[in-house]
Amino acid sequence: MSVGQGRAKRAEPRPASRSGTHATLGQGTPVLLVDDLSKTYADGTRALDGIGLSVQQGEIVALIGGSGCGKTTLLRLIAGLDQASRGVVQVDGAAIREPHPRVGVVFQEPRLLPWLDVAGNVGFGLAGLTRAERRARVAHALERIGLSEHGGRWPRELSGGQQQRVAIARAFVAQPRVLLLDEPFSALDAFTRKGLHEQLLDLWAESKPTIVIVTHDVGEAVTLADRVVVMRPRPGRLDETVAIGLSRPRDPVAATYEEAVRRVLAALDRSLRPAAASRPPAPETRAAWW
Amino acid sequence: MRGPPLLRRGARAGLGLLLPLVLAVGWEIAVATGAASGRLLPPPSRIGATLWDLAASGDLRMHVEATLIRVGLGFLCGAAAGILAGALVATIPALRWLIDPSLQALRAVPSLAWVPLFILWFGILETPKVLLIAVGVFFPVYVAVSGAIASVDRKLVEVGRIFRLSRLALARRILLPAVLPATLVGLRTGLGLGFLFVVAAELMGASEGLGYLLVDGQQFSKPDQIMAAIIAFALAGKLADMALIALTLPLTRWQDTARESL
Ligand SMILES: Nc1ncnc2c1ncn2[C@@H]1O[C@H](COP(=O)(O)OP(=O)(O)O)[C@@H](O)[C@H]1O
Ligand SMILES: [Mg+2]
Repeated sequence: MSVGQGRAKRAEPRPASRSGTHATLGQGTPVLLVDDLSKTYADGTRALDGIGLSVQQGEIVALIGGSGCGKTTLLRLIAGLDQASRGVVQVDGAAIREPHPRVGVVFQEPRLLPWLDVAGNVGFGLAGLTRAERRARVAHALERIGLSEHGGRWPRELSGGQQQRVAIARAFVAQPRVLLLDEPFSALDAFTRKGLHEQLLDLWAESKPTIVIVTHDVGEAVTLADRVVVMRPRPGRLDETVAIGLSRPRDPVAATYEEAVRRVLAALDRSLRPAAASRPPAPETRAAWW
Repeated sequence: MRGPPLLRRGARAGLGLLLPLVLAVGWEIAVATGAASGRLLPPPSRIGATLWDLAASGDLRMHVEATLIRVGLGFLCGAAAGILAGALVATIPALRWLIDPSLQALRAVPSLAWVPLFILWFGILETPKVLLIAVGVFFPVYVAVSGAIASVDRKLVEVGRIFRLSRLALARRILLPAVLPATLVGLRTGLGLGFLFVVAAELMGASEGLGYLLVDGQQFSKPDQIMAAIIAFALAGKLADMALIALTLPLTRWQDTARESL
């Protein structure tokens, strides 16, 4: 599941060739393939430049980086919510230009529909099922997130953590092949977050969807991911990739866990330096130093 | 979250009733003892008696019915037009640029200013009355609906896109429920204005309706009848408002704000 490389590796300057590197690691065709993806917004902001990423079936990849790196932009392009300026996103070989039935999204905010009760929200995206099937799936999902008792409640009656659990369940019941999560836990306290990590992994273990999760929490990345990809801003690019290579469940006080955290921190630290050895700084970056 | 305990709420309502009750009883006593004549402002007992006579003869029912039918028709037409125009203007930019400025300009006209024109155009029968009420209802509904649609949370619309809802499904499952609360507020305002305008409409000449009772009472110097009509207006308006709320409450059960302000 994880990339079989223990140490952090410096990304090649050509992202497209790097995604080629992953493809030659002997894990078959990727579920999610991003190649040479760039996004320039209408106001001229270059949010992403030449992103290449390939994710295997069942793999969990964490994108980490400061705000403004283009993490949300990348996720929205993969979800088909926005259009890329250049490059492609493929899920199971099919190009993504609009939302895809097998790609689920959990946003930073729960985005529950306030006029539907909890069960209604969880089942919102279920189409083409009989009522009984639907109810069964919703009930199962509610049970997995520990909200069986709360199916009839209104979203406003739930805590922030419970609301985000409902949002996760809503994405999972549609049985996505690729699940995208954009800083889903960043608004929650550490205790709630830990519980949600476990529930997310629980749900993941059932159907093993491919997951790309954005976070700015190193611990979260190491707890969840097989691979942590560091991003750097202006324009948004993928920097180093850190393979975690730990078995699950992960013990946050184990030496191996702490070692992985250190490796991610080191990679983050390197990404914050203005001039990377392999890449001359972009002109605007240099200008910022004067 | 919860309202105050029933007892306290009852006490508060009682306090609110105290002032009108004291005034009514005081006036009754003043007239009964001859301290005041009560010719221009009849005491409560006489107003009650007039109301009772009107009710017993079946006249009250006829007048109330006439007024309610006018308000109902005008409300239906105005609300339907307001919802339709608001929805179109909010969803089709070309229409917004074309129509909205004119409607906003018309909205600036105090609606009663239309009365002479309507009489000129449509005579003094039912058409101008219903039309005037419809005009009064139209604007608050139009403003509420177009505003509500324009401010629907884009983030919730995106949830619909993620689940690949068709345009129709998006409208039905996300836009409609999202704009419902604001629309209902607009409808309530519209209904209130409908009652305001039915008075104006009936003042411009009617042979039945509560407004007719007002005019008749003025011409034949029957202040008790005027007071009776005013009370009937207040009751009819309040009951219509309560009916609208009761009908629409199930639709907004999910909201925590609306209920407390009722
Ligand atoms: N809709 C938009 N229009 C213009 N610029 C945008 C838009 N969305 C994001 N950006 C810009 O693109 C860059 C990346 O943003 P974003 O993807 O939200 O970063 P992150 O999620 O990593 O914080 C930022 O500089 C941001 O200001
Ligand atoms: Mg973001």
